[in-house]
Amino acid sequence: MKELMKGNEAIAEAAIRGGCRAFFGYPITPQNEIPEYMSWRLFEVGGTFVQAESEVASINMLYGACGAGARAMTSSSSPGISLMQEGISYICCAQVPCVIVNMVRGGPGLGGIQPAQGDYFQATKGGGHGDYHMIVYGPSSVQECVNIMYEAFDVADKYRVPVMILGDGMLGQIMEPVELPPMKDLSNLPKKEWATDGTGKGKDRRIINSLLINPDDLEAHNNYMLTVYEEIAKNETRYEEYMTEDAEIVLTAYGTVARIAKSAVNIMRANGMKVGLIRPITVYPFPNKAYKDLAEKASVKEFVCVELSVGQMIEDVKLATEGKKPVKFFGRNGGNVMSPEDIVAYVTKEA
Amino acid sequence: MAVVFEKTKMLTDAPLHYCPGCTHGIAHRLVAEVLEEIGAEGHVVGVAPVGCAVFAYNYFNCDMQEAAHGRAPAVATGIKRVTPQNIVFAYQGDGDLASIGMAEIVHAAARGEKITVIFINNTIYGMTGGQMAPTTLIGEKATTCIYGRDAEKNGNPIKMCELLATLTGPSYIERVALYDAAHVRMAKKAIKKAFTHQVENRGFSFIEILSSCPTNWGMTPEQALAFVKTDMQNFYPLGVFKEVTE
Repeated sequence: MKELMKGNEAIAEAAIRGGCRAFFGYPITPQNEIPEYMSWRLFEVGGTFVQAESEVASINMLYGACGAGARAMTSSSSPGISLMQEGISYICCAQVPCVIVNMVRGGPGLGGIQPAQGDYFQATKGGGHGDYHMIVYGPSSVQECVNIMYEAFDVADKYRVPVMILGDGMLGQIMEPVELPPMKDLSNLPKKEWATDGTGKGKDRRIINSLLINPDDLEAHNNYMLTVYEEIAKNETRYEEYMTEDAEIVLTAYGTVARIAKSAVNIMRANGMKVGLIRPITVYPFPNKAYKDLAEKASVKEFVCVELSVGQMIEDVKLATEGKKPVKFFGRNGGNVMSPEDIVAYVTKEA
Repeated sequence: MAVVFEKTKMLTDAPLHYCPGCTHGIAHRLVAEVLEEIGAEGHVVGVAPVGCAVFAYNYFNCDMQEAAHGRAPAVATGIKRVTPQNIVFAYQGDGDLASIGMAEIVHAAARGEKITVIFINNTIYGMTGGQMAPTTLIGEKATTCIYGRDAEKNGNPIKMCELLATLTGPSYIERVALYDAAHVRMAKKAIKKAFTHQVENRGFSFIEILSSCPTNWGMTPEQALAFVKTDMQNFYPLGVFKEVTE
C-alpha cells in the first residue's frame, strides 16, 4: 500500500528499514524533518540518535559509530555538508562505510534555503582534501529516494565507502505517494571483520585509521582505492534514458531537474520535436559510456544540460561526450527553479 | 622462576616514539594497566588524537580508532552509542582537546556520554614543534610567543577541569601530575576511578594529567619535571573537581 510522505521523512523511514540504527545530525533547513523523524523513530527500533553540537561533530560521531561496525547515517544541507568535508575525507581514507544525505540548498555561503544543485562538484569530485570519491546518487522522486536509501547501506558496506544521497530542498519537502519496503533482516549481514567493535585482542585487534605516514604506504593505499572506484564504476553506474532512440536533441539533467526536463520532453514530443533525455542516477560514478554512445549516434545533433546551478554537471557531460557533439547549457540558480516551459522555450530558441 | 613484574598486556610491544623525558609513556602505561585491572580486554575501544599521541593506536593493545584533530570525543560518542557494552576512551593533548576540539569535549561532557577522556596537558604543541597551546602559562615561551605568553597579545590559558566541572553531565573530574613516583601512583588511582565510573555507567569521566615536554620547553627531563611540579601545578591545582557518588 502506498503512503503519502514528505521526502525527508520517507528517506528517514527507508533508512531505518534498510538497517540504519544510529543517526547523528545538526539542524539546518531544508532537511530538518530527517533528524526530527529519527529522534523518536530510532529509539523504537533499538537504535540511537544524537543531536550533535555541530556538523563537524556529527560526521565524526558517524565515523566512530560506523567504524565500530554500525549502520549509521547523517544528513545535512549544503553549508553543513561543507563543515563535514574534513570528516568525509578521513572516513574515505579509513574505508568506513556510512550514508550521508545532502538536501542541497542555494549557495555559495549561507546562500538560501530553496532547492539548488550547486554542490555537484563538492559531492562528485571530493569536497575534502586528498584523492577520494564517494558513491553519489541523484534521485529524482521520493520513491527513488526510498529505493536508493534502502539499498545504500548494503552498497556502502560492499565497497567500504560512504554513499551520499544528493537531493535538493524540493525533494526533501515534496509529498508523494510511496511504497515502503519491509524491514531488512539484519541478523544475516556479513560480519565486518575490520570493525573496532571492542572485541579485538592482541594481534587480532582492529585499527581504524587514516594516517599513512610512509609515502609508499599512502601511495599504495590510494592506488588500491582507485581499483575500488573502478569496481564501483563497473557495477554500480546507473542512469535512465527517456525517448532517446530517435532523439536529435538530448536533454540531460539529474535529480528534481530531470523530472522537469522529462515534462519538457513530453511537451516537445507533442509538438513534433525529436527530443529525449538522459538522466544519471549515479552522478558518481558518472555514466560515461551511455553518454558517449549517445554522442556517437548519427541521429543525435546536440545535448542540452539542464541544472539548478551555473553549470557543473555539464563538465562531466562534455568529458563523457568527448567533443563529438555540442553541449549547451540551460540553468537557474540561487534557489530559482525552471518550469518545463522554460526548458521548451530555451530548446526551441537555442537548440 | 617466579614472575614478579610484567608489562601490562594492554600495551603492545611497539617501541614508543616519544622523546626522552616525556611523560606520555607513563600516562600510556597507567591507562593500559587500569584497562587490564578493570578487565576491559575484549570489550574496549580507544580513540587516538592528532598530536604527539597520534600513534597511540600502535601502543594500546585493543581496538583503536584514529580521530581527526580535536574530534576524539565525537568519535568516542559514536562508538559508545552503538556499542554501549564497550569501555570507550579518548586520549588527547591540550591543543587537540582545549583548542580545536573545545566544542567536542564540552558537548560530550555536557551530554554525559559514558566515556573516559584522558587529557594530557603539557602546555605546548609538541608534535608541530613547540607552538603556544591553549594551556600555555602566562610568561611561558613558545615558538608563537617567543618572549613568553602575554595575556594582552596571546590571551589567557584555559583550565579544563574547572571549566568542565561547571557542567551537569560529568560524573568524575580530577587533575593529576606525573612529576614523581608518589604522584604517578595517585594518577593511576584517579584513572582507575574515572574508568570505574564508566564501568558503573555513571557519566562522563575526565582525567587531566600535567605532563612534561623537555624537548619543546628546552629543558632537561629533570628540569621539566620540576617545571610541572612548580609553575604548572601552581596554575593548575591538583585535585578532584567533580565526583558524583550516586
